[in-house]
Amino acid sequence: MSSFLGSSLTKKIVMAFAGLFLIMFLLVHLGLNLFLLSDDPGPFNKAAHFMASNPVIKIFELVLMGGFLLHILWGVILQIQNWLARPVRYKKMAETQISFFSKYMIYTGGIILIFLIIHFVNFYFVKLGLVEGDHENFYGMAHELFQLPGYVVFYLVALLILGFHLNHAFQSAFQTLGLNHETYTPCIKFVGLAYSIVVPAGYAVIPLIIYFVK
Amino acid sequence: MRVKLKIWRQKDANSKGAFVNYDFDGASPEMSFLEMLDALNTRLIEKGEDPIAFDSDCREGICGACGMYINGYPHGPVKGITTCHLSMRYFKDGQNIVVEPWRSKAFPVIRDLIVDRNSFDKIQVAGGFISTNVGSAPDSHAIPVIKEKSDHSFDSAICIGCGACVAACKNASAMLFVSAKVSQYAQIPQGKIEAKERVEAMIQKMDELGFGNCTNTGACEAQCPKEISVINIARMNREFYVAKIS
Repeated sequence: MSSFLGSSLTKKIVMAFAGLFLIMFLLVHLGLNLFLLSDDPGPFNKAAHFMASNPVIKIFELVLMGGFLLHILWGVILQIQNWLARPVRYKKMAETQISFFSKYMIYTGGIILIFLIIHFVNFYFVKLGLVEGDHENFYGMAHELFQLPGYVVFYLVALLILGFHLNHAFQSAFQTLGLNHETYTPCIKFVGLAYSIVVPAGYAVIPLIIYFVK
Repeated sequence: MRVKLKIWRQKDANSKGAFVNYDFDGASPEMSFLEMLDALNTRLIEKGEDPIAFDSDCREGICGACGMYINGYPHGPVKGITTCHLSMRYFKDGQNIVVEPWRSKAFPVIRDLIVDRNSFDKIQVAGGFISTNVGSAPDSHAIPVIKEKSDHSFDSAICIGCGACVAACKNASAMLFVSAKVSQYAQIPQGKIEAKERVEAMIQKMDELGFGNCTNTGACEAQCPKEISVINIARMNREFYVAKIS
């Protein structure tokens, strides 16, 4: 059992499952965020209240936090091991990777983590009562933030980076789980590419409309 | 033709190495890269200098002995060939060529361009075999094998263990090599008996030896001189998970 828990492949499967769970959560969160486009704060605040108070969602929240922690923790540990595996770097290294964004996963992941911390301070910690704010009016808080040009630019850059991260993450998770098939893998790669464009674009549309239209 | 070489020189495993420049005039497009190095070494010996140490054996692309990192690519910039098959016609007259050994903690440099690839042997010893009675060769059809499986097994078995996958991977991961060795047995009946123990032992040994972790970049497949597919890695992952839960 200890060899199973300590194996590099076990760490990778944990990364893959946690990553896929986070990928699915992104879609749920996007569905919720789209209520921000409504002129009526009611639906978004009601949905946010439901997410904050429903006992089933609270269990999922714990799973989600576990997913974040495991994905980040194993990601960092695996990366440190990878750096140590090549103590002397090459003088000249050509571009040989098939998946371009795979080279930058630790860096894109780091930027997403910074975004996540800021996002937590702005919203999640308010909900927990750790930071001051009106936790019954997340709609108003989000609209206020999306009026700040600096925040909108930061938000859009973070989403672009998220797209780069997802581009490799989706297909990579399936490969790690042993799901590589001559027929289905091209479909998985296509879905991953589409997801990495459509979902961040869906998030990006919201601050742009609020900033420029509302 | 003339080439400007920048070659890694290192006296032994404990010495600090450095790049040395060689301006070599007299290569011909028909020469292989190794023949060019042979010619350079002849000149160095004539001048009383130490020749450049590098590995080579069959020079037919099948033994896996040769291997050096040439201008940013393991085995050079041409796809699907080993260093011994790399011809000088792929380089331009006057081109700068940087030649380095494989860089990996698990492949320490022994001298110049030669690295110690015993790590691969240790992984093979851990599980890359089948147990069978010794004696005369068994009848070829004694164990029926599905043709498609046999072909896929052969596709995995053509890995020559040169280490280019480790050299190409940004993480110095040996997953393509290990997965090819696991896969060649996993797909045929002869390999099924020890399948569980094999995959566990080989992965454990790979981890112990300090190779990096696979991040599915695909550089190994792109640079493998035998064009071994990363499908083998997915297969090995499946074998590992099945072994652990069964």
